[in-house]
Amino acid sequence: MTENSIDRDIPEPYASVFGLYKGQFARIHDYRRAQTRVHPRRPGESKLVDSIHEAIVKTGLESGMTISFHHHFREGDYVMNLVMEEIDKMGIKDLTIAPSSIANVHEPLINLIEKGVVTGITASGLRDKLGAAVSHGIMDKPVVIRSHGGRARAMASGDIHIDVAFIGAPSCDAYGNINGTSGKATCGSLGYARMDARYADQVVAITDSLVPYPNTPVSIPQTDVDYVVRVDAIGNPEGIAKGATRLTKNPKELLIAEYAAKVIAATDYFKNGFSFQTGTGGASLAVTRFLRPMMEEHGLKAGFALGGITNTMVEMMEAGQVDKILDVQDFDHPSALSLARNDNHYEIDAEMYASPLSKGSVVNQLDVAILSALEVDTGFNVNVLTGSDGVIRGASGGHSDTAAACRMSMIVAPLVRGRIPTVVDRVTTVVTPGDSVDVVVTEYGVAVNPRREDLNTMLDGLDVPRLDINQLRDKAYAITGTPDPIRFKDRTVALVEYRDGSLIDAVHEV
Amino acid sequence: MNITHPASAGSLESSDIIVTLKPARQGIRIDLESSVKEQFGAQIEKLISQTLEELGIDAAEVQAQDQGALDCTIKARTLVAAYRAADREDYDWEGINSWIG
Repeated sequence: MTENSIDRDIPEPYASVFGLYKGQFARIHDYRRAQTRVHPRRPGESKLVDSIHEAIVKTGLESGMTISFHHHFREGDYVMNLVMEEIDKMGIKDLTIAPSSIANVHEPLINLIEKGVVTGITASGLRDKLGAAVSHGIMDKPVVIRSHGGRARAMASGDIHIDVAFIGAPSCDAYGNINGTSGKATCGSLGYARMDARYADQVVAITDSLVPYPNTPVSIPQTDVDYVVRVDAIGNPEGIAKGATRLTKNPKELLIAEYAAKVIAATDYFKNGFSFQTGTGGASLAVTRFLRPMMEEHGLKAGFALGGITNTMVEMMEAGQVDKILDVQDFDHPSALSLARNDNHYEIDAEMYASPLSKGSVVNQLDVAILSALEVDTGFNVNVLTGSDGVIRGASGGHSDTAAACRMSMIVAPLVRGRIPTVVDRVTTVVTPGDSVDVVVTEYGVAVNPRREDLNTMLDGLDVPRLDINQLRDKAYAITGTPDPIRFKDRTVALVEYRDGSLIDAVHEV
Repeated sequence: MNITHPASAGSLESSDIIVTLKPARQGIRIDLESSVKEQFGAQIEKLISQTLEELGIDAAEVQAQDQGALDCTIKARTLVAAYRAADREDYDWEGINSWIG
């Protein structure tokens, strides 16, 4: 065991292989972009193949390789299961999968892990039954958890090399021009998939809407695509918006959102042209509801909204309260439609969104990030990955990317959830380090990171209860009792990469 | 107070607990299922035991299915299950208030 700079034990050999986390910007350095193989096409050649089976055969996919998928269809994705089922039938084993994230719908992976078809996983996170299976030690090799910006960095720097990317394409022509705004299962932005298209050796587009050449607008161009397959259905549009984007009526979440909006409005960042990103939790989404009238009152417009785009941001843009939307992923159907309709709603890829090793990502221009948390500790470290029982159930997402880079990162979370305290002595797993987190907003009040004395001054006179983070923890423990530490086994089941590729934490078997 | 037959109190809603008490020859035996067992299992078992002790129950088989209930809920459900299992309705509120906290 070796300890990184935030007192987290990182087991060997992983500590040596990945390197230890040493600080938010300790590993920003020059490098050469990774190379990919290109199989050029002559005039007259076709990319269209008859089946997923034929596409797999043509790519020469074999045991030991790395393949990838995107998660833009979220809980509505059919593509990963379709492709993995075919791969299993063909007897290919020992694959590493590198999807941008994994949803509940990908539970069949458990069986494929048991059969040795999948032996390595890197993703933003794991949900539900697969998360539980991994936490109970189903895999020999630990899963590598990467943030969205971290995944983009890993692809650009060659830490992940993808042999074959299978890209679900809402619409595609026979020569491989793809977009996410037309077709049957429209997911809007293809920001994560664009990385796979650029950095994978071979790219298979899988579509249920084959359209005449050329398919425009072009989100992923023909120059990045090797094969095109038509299937009956690539995804269920209903599943794309599932879960994440409900508009809350919960009074606790509304109070948190109101406090958060008041904090934002009290800072120097709240001025004409400011920018923001919201997460998908109930309270996080509701912040904009309280912010809108405050913006009106002050005659302010936002310069851009970033993210994970929801209909709320689109409504603000169409009402003239937000100039532009920079969109790496859409969380609901109206947002996907807006990308097609609105010139000021612009699709960006994951590298432009959040990579720490790009020539400047959008998060570096962001004023305010409103983020959620499963746990936050008195050192302001945040866990969005493991439940309080130690089981992997969440995803890193863009949490650490936005928190590190923006001018004010704000965690909005209830103080307790049932008997589980949110503000604790020490989070189960660190995804975002305390150095990146500026304000914690709960229904009991707001705690500012002591590192941000300037922010404390900005909030002087604010009519929101102000506490220090230890007081918030004390209030939480007074309700729930002090939790006993979780007993983990020795085996490492997941490695949590910081966005720069160093290890910020490790998750052990339960 | 003596437990004469099985009885329960509570529900399976989140933040609630079902406490079921059954007669036993001697001692308190607790079988706890809990969504927060890792962090709070020992504390919940102790709280159930203490509540039964305050009621003068020294023999019971306890089954508890917890969905993350807070201490106040756990005490209330245990108390009511005990009164039901003892066929008693003569709640001594002042007496209970003196120890239930």
